[in-house]
Amino acid sequence: MTLKDATAIVGIGRTRFAKNLAEDERTLACRAVLAALDDAGIAPGEVDALASYTMEETDEVELAKAVGFGDLTFFSKVGYGGGGSCATVAHLAAAIASGQASVGVAWRSRKRGSGPRPWTNTTVQLPTPAQWTRPFGLLRPADEIAMLTRRYMHEYGATRDHLFNVALACRNRANQNPAAIMYDRPLTREMYMTSRWISEPLCLFDNCLETDGALACVVVSRERARDCPSTPVYIHSAAQGLPAQHHGMVNYWNDDPLTGPAWTAARHLWKHADFTPQDVDVAQIYDAFTSLVPLSLEGYGFCGRGEGGAFTEGGALEIGGRLPINTGGGGLSEAYVHGFNLIDEGVRQLRGTSTAQVPDAATCLVTAGEGVPTSALLLTNRS
Amino acid sequence: MLEPVTDPTGAPFWEYAARGELRVQACADCGELRFPPRPCCPHCQSFEEEWRPVSGRGRVWSYVVPHPPLLPDYAAQAPYNVVVVELEEAPRIRLIGNLVRAAGATLNSVDPSRIRIGARVHVVFWGGLPQWVLA
Ligand SMILES: [Zn+2]
Repeated sequence: MTLKDATAIVGIGRTRFAKNLAEDERTLACRAVLAALDDAGIAPGEVDALASYTMEETDEVELAKAVGFGDLTFFSKVGYGGGGSCATVAHLAAAIASGQASVGVAWRSRKRGSGPRPWTNTTVQLPTPAQWTRPFGLLRPADEIAMLTRRYMHEYGATRDHLFNVALACRNRANQNPAAIMYDRPLTREMYMTSRWISEPLCLFDNCLETDGALACVVVSRERARDCPSTPVYIHSAAQGLPAQHHGMVNYWNDDPLTGPAWTAARHLWKHADFTPQDVDVAQIYDAFTSLVPLSLEGYGFCGRGEGGAFTEGGALEIGGRLPINTGGGGLSEAYVHGFNLIDEGVRQLRGTSTAQVPDAATCLVTAGEGVPTSALLLTNRS
Repeated sequence: MLEPVTDPTGAPFWEYAARGELRVQACADCGELRFPPRPCCPHCQSFEEEWRPVSGRGRVWSYVVPHPPLLPDYAAQAPYNVVVVELEEAPRIRLIGNLVRAAGATLNSVDPSRIRIGARVHVVFWGGLPQWVLA
């Protein structure tokens, strides 16, 4: 048995994205799931598998009884925040390919735009590794990733201009996408270079948005996919990655902290794929922070170690460049929903319905959070 | 300010720090240092441990300068520095802390423009926490 092209994403659904939506997370989840099933032409009663993030507020029981799912025979939750995004789809693909279920739904619903910042709740801090970091004022994900970013810039000569190239590519795509929060807000180099610091060397525009919204997708077997109304988007290869001696977002304690989970996920992903990084038409790369993009470009094999910054030069990440990325605007400029909008946008590209369509896109890499135990998908519309 | 919320494997570090000693967990069988502390040795799987004194000398491996929004006690000192220090004895053992002018000085007591990756530092203690000063 192999996962390769055995399953396909046949439905995607989403709510509006905004800084503040009135409805609660459970209601938003129901709306996104029902929209995805409607897109797939599949009735809720046929759903028998679910997958989401451990951080998801809406559990399977609440969702199933609200939208009228049938008997569920597979349900899975993946940890490590945004590192779990692609794994939700991967778990459904594995369940369906192995006969555990036939119609799977993955979802993410979040009210981060209007809710509290997670790092302000110090009572839930875990003793490990927070005891080694928090007392010294390393408080937020931005601080933790800024530490790796500074070291990365020092070792390889990456610059703030390289990080700006990432922020700009995402913003330019958002300016083409009416659903993006930053649709009508262009970004200039002047704005970037003079913006306020969050945690030096990361400035405001290196950080993702804070968004309310929900998304979902539907996964079925390749045979079933042929009966669905949209172009099937096949799950060609899927992987999770937790490297030996990795420590999560504070990965300062091994021989090579700059070789993150992307490298582990990538080895498995490419080993089971019929194509290579050079054959990827468009990529949706997890962008909670701009610096995760050069690190991911290296990990997934688009360039060599230390070359991720230079890779962004010359419009490489723009439409028409070597590797257009985050064509809906990504977490930096469309919405930050722990990477689920990147999956959704990957499907749109391979259906040919993106607001920033890459001509004849046939292959797409989607990645989850780098710097934490991660996951990734290779999607294709060829089969 | 946040106090370390410790656990059984991490507690000895803080007990030594409270006495002004910097010690790192090591395997009592194969001798490998490990940080953060954990119940057994990833090299030889031994559960026997010792807490080995280290010199307290090291070099800045990386640093950040956080700006608000931050928790109130930290916002009051922002912008301040947080450093990762590689220990002289074992470069893979890296401790997070603050570079300060002298033991007990505020987190913003060193001008961030004076901090360099590779700078030599040594440990001092204040209130049970290790801090770092330029060597
Ligand atoms: Zn050992």
